Amino acid sequence: MIEAEGLTKDFKDFRAVDDVTFTVPAGSVLAVLGPNGAGKTTTVRMLTSLLRPTSGRASVAGYDILTQPAQVRANVGVLTEQHGLYERMRALEYLDFFGRVYRLSAQERRKRALDLLERFGLADATNKRLGEYSKGMKQKLALVRAMLHNPPVLLLDEPTSAMDPQSAKLVRDAIVELQRDRRTIILTTHNLNEAQILADRIAVIRRGRIIANGTFAELSQRFVGDPVMEIQFAQPLNGVAKELASMVEVVDSAELSLRYRTPDPKVTNPAILRKLSAHGVDVITLSEVKQSLEAVYLQIVAEDEEAEGQAQHGNHTQR
Amino acid sequence: MATTLSVKRTHRLDIEGHPLGETLRNALIVTRREVRDSFRDWRIMAPILGLTLVFPMLAQGMTRIFTNFFVSNGAAPLIDNFLPLLPMIVGFFPVSISLVIALETFVGEKERRSLEPLLSTPLTNTELYVGKAFAAMIPPLMASYIGMGIYLGGLIFGAQQWRPELELIIQILILTTAQALVMVTGAVVVSSQTTSTRASNLLASFIIIPVSMLVMLESFIMVTNNRYVLWYIVVGLIVVDILLFSMGARIFNREELLGRAIDEINLKWAWKLFWGRLRGGPNVRTLADWYRYNVLPVLPTLRPAMVIVAICIVAIFVGGFVVARVRPDLQIPDSVAAGQTNLMNNFKKVIEFAGDNPHSVIAAVVQNGRVLLAATILSVFSFGVFGVFFAIVPFGIVGFLLGQPALAFLGIGTFAAAIVPHSLVEVPATVIAASAALRLGMIITRPPEGQGVWEAFVLALADALKVGIGIVLPLLVLAAIIEVYVTPHIVQMALGG
Repeated sequence: MIEAEGLTKDFKDFRAVDDVTFTVPAGSVLAVLGPNGAGKTTTVRMLTSLLRPTSGRASVAGYDILTQPAQVRANVGVLTEQHGLYERMRALEYLDFFGRVYRLSAQERRKRALDLLERFGLADATNKRLGEYSKGMKQKLALVRAMLHNPPVLLLDEPTSAMDPQSAKLVRDAIVELQRDRRTIILTTHNLNEAQILADRIAVIRRGRIIANGTFAELSQRFVGDPVMEIQFAQPLNGVAKELASMVEVVDSAELSLRYRTPDPKVTNPAILRKLSAHGVDVITLSEVKQSLEAVYLQIVAEDEEAEGQAQHGNHTQR
Repeated sequence: MATTLSVKRTHRLDIEGHPLGETLRNALIVTRREVRDSFRDWRIMAPILGLTLVFPMLAQGMTRIFTNFFVSNGAAPLIDNFLPLLPMIVGFFPVSISLVIALETFVGEKERRSLEPLLSTPLTNTELYVGKAFAAMIPPLMASYIGMGIYLGGLIFGAQQWRPELELIIQILILTTAQALVMVTGAVVVSSQTTSTRASNLLASFIIIPVSMLVMLESFIMVTNNRYVLWYIVVGLIVVDILLFSMGARIFNREELLGRAIDEINLKWAWKLFWGRLRGGPNVRTLADWYRYNVLPVLPTLRPAMVIVAICIVAIFVGGFVVARVRPDLQIPDSVAAGQTNLMNNFKKVIEFAGDNPHSVIAAVVQNGRVLLAATILSVFSFGVFGVFFAIVPFGIVGFLLGQPALAFLGIGTFAAAIVPHSLVEVPATVIAASAALRLGMIITRPPEGQGVWEAFVLALADALKVGIGIVLPLLVLAAIIEVYVTPHIVQMALGG
């Protein structure tokens, strides 16, 4: 479990992270989204006890990041933004070094390393120098390193950024499996599709502040409004359209289809279907229009930019 | 299921929460990896092998040429002075590689971005630092010892049949090791303050040039057959090693290494920080506020330094007194003592000339002020040593004069009259100034928690200036006024009008 409360980090006169508060329960995945330089990496570094917060507190796997840094680092697996491998080493040798650092026994080191290399499709490349690995292979090996000591918490920075679709799926499956295994995971990514698939909760960070935090459904509801339903008919609606418009907020209509927004589909949809049936209109499909995380994210950022613009305008006016 | 690793929290010989044995064990994990990596890097191994195997043979040839030259020019007795020189040089060249490795292992790793995964492990800062420092030292030191062994073997078993003293061999081994340590610890300090190998290589000249000059000095000492002086150099090097090691260990922290993104001199930020500290916070509106909230609170922070300075003053004063008593060769000759009346008249003339003269006040303030200023500046370049040294020298001189049997006729009363009145003000001013200088010089070796070296230095500089302007300068003016307008009259009274 990860708990952060009022985490703030200043570098000289620049505030990189500003009063960040969140909780990631055990066994869940939090995706942290945000533009470059938003403070994602600084937040992760504070959670790994690499950077000392200017103010605020956090605990990771039950250990305080300020007073128990060694315990924190012993219980966290970190995939850094840059894979940072020792390129003159070979995979087993490399993992053996980190295994020693994490105090795994010789037997455990070898077993874990071989299992993980096999699982990520790197078993055939153990004799190659790491400098000869492709970018995706390096990324996978870095992930293996992060998982080597079986940590209860994983902090993964762009885990699939350099990978081909097949490898990326392999890593996503591994994350799902880790989640099932009750690991707590923070995932920082620019891949919104991946975040939507993997994350239980999503936090959007901008200029060091968390500007939105919740499940996808909550964020979608809050920033792009109620769910939108699409209904397709076998014949034109003719006069029925007006009656439907009085029941729901119609957002788009065509000859054989209609889109409407509703706060409560469980109540609205059966009523609509009853109305159409009563007028003899055959319904082919009724489905929810899927909102993408991209749309939600862009809306969140746009609203924050607007609020910031208004605040700046207010300051200028006051002066 | 996930495994939760627990780390023991306390232990008698803990270093950052890890027992000493564990710290060394973990450090050696890092060392082993780094050394293995170094051995795979031909850029490191080629010069090491060359300097280890080829250079001793070249040195052998040079020795033969020089020996023949000395013999043919009738300077054969000088050969014994010359022969110890080359083992040291042969040992020094491979050691200079340690600098390259140290820069490579720290900055290089930063540059290759492989540092963050390592920093994310449970290894403590000390384990990482010691592990890497060992790794930078071991291959070049081994090469150095092997090179010296090859060279000495040639001299001992070859045509020269040289039989060096055991003390000489030990001296050279210790000097070589201490120099390697100075270079490695210095390189750590340099590399932790830069973000590129290029920048650190440029800054490394601040290490290699002084060490090369030191080797030249050591060579001169050896050739002139004053080898006992080398033991003082060994002691000096060990002190510098300890200071640099402590500084390196303090600086080598995760925050400092990751927080630094680019090598830039941010003068604007430094000035803002300096001015903010010098001027004080928003609650400083008047001069009284400045003293109350900004100047006086600095004094408690100087307390440890004040204790050191006070001990040094007492030690040098007593030392001066004792030296004057036990070293007849340093005592004022009896002929001077015989002309008591003359001496007394000169003393009175000085007092009459300088006393009650406003120019003397200015002269005293300027003299004391510039000594303390010079001491402060030199302190920055000597880890505080010269800051204390220059401030305490006058106390040694006073002790030395007081201990002179030839001046005993003046009596303790006269000495007290000439020194005590203004010293009541001048001594505290000196102690405070020297303490601020010492802190300024030492702060780079142990910046306070959460502060970088540059930040800590800027703040200490502002503190030193604050104390200098706000406390030391007014005290020096007051002391000078007493010295010019009060002390002469008391001395005259002590001398009987």
